[in-house]
Amino acid sequence: MTTTTAVRPTPPRPAPSGKRPTGSRAKAWATRAPLLPALVFLIVVTQLPFVATLVISFFDWNSLKPDQRHFTGFANYGSVFTDPALRDSVLTTVLLTATVVIVSVVLGLAFALLLDRTFFGRGFVRTLLITPFLIVPVSAALLWKHALYNPEYGLFNGALTWFGNLFGIDSMVQPEWTSEMPLMAVAAALVWQWTPFMMLILLAGLQSRPAEMMEAARLDGAGAWQMFRFLTLPHLRRYLELGVLLGSVYIVQNFDAVFTITAGGLGTANLPYTVYETFYRAHEYGLASAVGVVVVIGTVIIATFALRVVSSLFREEASRA
Amino acid sequence: MRHHPRRRHGPRRLPRAAAVATALALLATGCAGAGGTSFGGGDALNVLMVNNPQMVELQKLTKEHFTKETGITVHFTVLPENDVRDKISQDYSNQAGQYDIATISNFELPFFAENGWLRPLDQYVEADPDFDQQDILPPLRASLTHKDGKLYAQPFYGESSFLMYRKDVFEKEGLTMPAKPTWKEVAELAAKTDGSQRGMKGICLRGLPGWGEVIAPLTTVVNTMGGTWFTEDWQPQLTAPEFKKATKFYVDLVRKHGQLGAPQSGYAECLNNMTQGKTAMWYDATAGAGSLEAKGSPVKGRIGYVPAPVERTDSSGWLYTWAWGMQNASKKADDAWKFISWASSKEYEELVGATSGWSNVPAGKRASTYAHPDYRKEAGAFADVTQQAISEADPNNPGTQPRPTAGIQFVGVPEFTDLGTKVAQEISAAIAGRQSVDTALATSQKLAEKVAEEYR
Repeated sequence: MTTTTAVRPTPPRPAPSGKRPTGSRAKAWATRAPLLPALVFLIVVTQLPFVATLVISFFDWNSLKPDQRHFTGFANYGSVFTDPALRDSVLTTVLLTATVVIVSVVLGLAFALLLDRTFFGRGFVRTLLITPFLIVPVSAALLWKHALYNPEYGLFNGALTWFGNLFGIDSMVQPEWTSEMPLMAVAAALVWQWTPFMMLILLAGLQSRPAEMMEAARLDGAGAWQMFRFLTLPHLRRYLELGVLLGSVYIVQNFDAVFTITAGGLGTANLPYTVYETFYRAHEYGLASAVGVVVVIGTVIIATFALRVVSSLFREEASRA
Repeated sequence: MRHHPRRRHGPRRLPRAAAVATALALLATGCAGAGGTSFGGGDALNVLMVNNPQMVELQKLTKEHFTKETGITVHFTVLPENDVRDKISQDYSNQAGQYDIATISNFELPFFAENGWLRPLDQYVEADPDFDQQDILPPLRASLTHKDGKLYAQPFYGESSFLMYRKDVFEKEGLTMPAKPTWKEVAELAAKTDGSQRGMKGICLRGLPGWGEVIAPLTTVVNTMGGTWFTEDWQPQLTAPEFKKATKFYVDLVRKHGQLGAPQSGYAECLNNMTQGKTAMWYDATAGAGSLEAKGSPVKGRIGYVPAPVERTDSSGWLYTWAWGMQNASKKADDAWKFISWASSKEYEELVGATSGWSNVPAGKRASTYAHPDYRKEAGAFADVTQQAISEADPNNPGTQPRPTAGIQFVGVPEFTDLGTKVAQEISAAIAGRQSVDTALATSQKLAEKVAEEYR
């Protein structure tokens, strides 16, 4: 995926030969010059492939029929918006992303509030809570598919059986999690991975609350709920926005969970999975590129908001310092 | 990616402009650039292959044996199946000659040959009596021969499908497995063995979406019940009564007496269920038997093997092979043939048998393998049934009516990977009980119609 770079370098003016450029401009370039190779490198490795994708998206190109490759203009984009399967995958993506983001923000907030208190072993608990976020996504998906959801040897049904045995029920209900609620199954695995991320952001927000303000509120006789409602939540607004936006950008692109847990079946194919299928199964390079471009445009819109929020955060921090 | 041959002869210092130009050229051709190939001197062969265990073994043995004997260096690029298909079609379609040899399956052979991407091998076979072409099992020879009558690839290993069942469970229940079961009998046996041990189901059948997953066994059921994907003149038949009957049968059987979590289980999951004693029967690839009878398998020696169940045809096992196809533009055809004839030879099978055991031999392609005493000692339980299954497979006439393309568990057109996978998702949803078989097939029929239009 491409990122929008907020850096807009002014085009270099060739200095008149034999004379050192004067004053501030020279100084500005002296600071910029060491960054230039990195910027050029960044443009080459992120923007050029995207341009290539853009070009390919205007071709009807099936890799198994190379002789029939031809320019089709916007036909691929037409297919993206009219093909029912692709439309479904747009809906699935929105639904999956929204569910995962909202649930993990709520859970993350709950965990962050709990971790904000001081208690014995807090560092250890925090480490434990962060762990799911550090697991490789595809391993996490495999773990959920086999170790937890599997109806025959999975932990969920095993726990149900054990629970049933406690009450003397011999044949406890054994739901087939992934078949009965496929999208929820994928979402649950993602929520488990992304809750720690939200928790970390919100915890940082909680710990930046001005202590004297909270103290003053308590002296004025505010209850816990009132303090949360009128002080904590407004203060956390920016952090919540940041969590939601960053989370959305990442989860829109999620491929591992869908690929591993359901193989895109049972209506769980999201956009990245559809791109993969179009490219590798259908060998439709043009169409796959068009879907990719549409996803990029969607993500860029979200990312723009995210960048704005981040920059406003920085401004606030700066004004407070 | 596990196999990255180190770059040994890479360009040391390219001028920057050239480097940028190369990068741009790579982008323009949409080249993934994965695989880290190293292109050796003028006499080195470049082989692109799928990362299955038998190929990885071959890679190890090539240097010590083939290169030592012939002096020909071989550079391998090893990729997962999806990526390898893609890279092969890219390279072969451009006829750039970057790779001399690639592993292609009997699925893509017809359109690769049709496009003129492969070099016919008949003259090499004739000039090389030691290779013993007549020893290759006839259905494989047939499926690697294009309709122009020329042979375009040599098999490395082949597989069919058959029914595996727990002999001990059948004995305990007082049941007998017929020597040539019908699907009706299998359904009855599945009902009787269901629950014969705690947590044991009657049968395991794939339900995972994918043209190479649920579609393969399902299509063999469709064939033997008189159905077909397309008529000879490209009329899609997915809503025809025979196709419907077969699909309903498959879906009902797996819903009633099949494994739990069927919509997410493919070959690997069923193999797991069979090994762990969670199912009494399993209809799948002959390759599964090798794993069930491997050292340390808890069900080793307890499995019986019978041919794929039938209804209206004499046999219904599928046919699949990974084979060596030579790129038409290859400039080292003679050396390439030397490699192909070595990798697919009897000697190579002996070599693998001696170095890592006969169970790891790339079998299923030569009649002589099944007569070999060492192989029979290792794989006696399933050797004959496997050979019979492969020998009886007829890709040109797998059902009860003529077909537009050759192929048993697939339709031999490039679009089938996509069509098969999309249909598989509908079937998988029917297995999960989220929609009826009729709805699934009505949706699938529309998809098949789109593909058929291009060929009518």
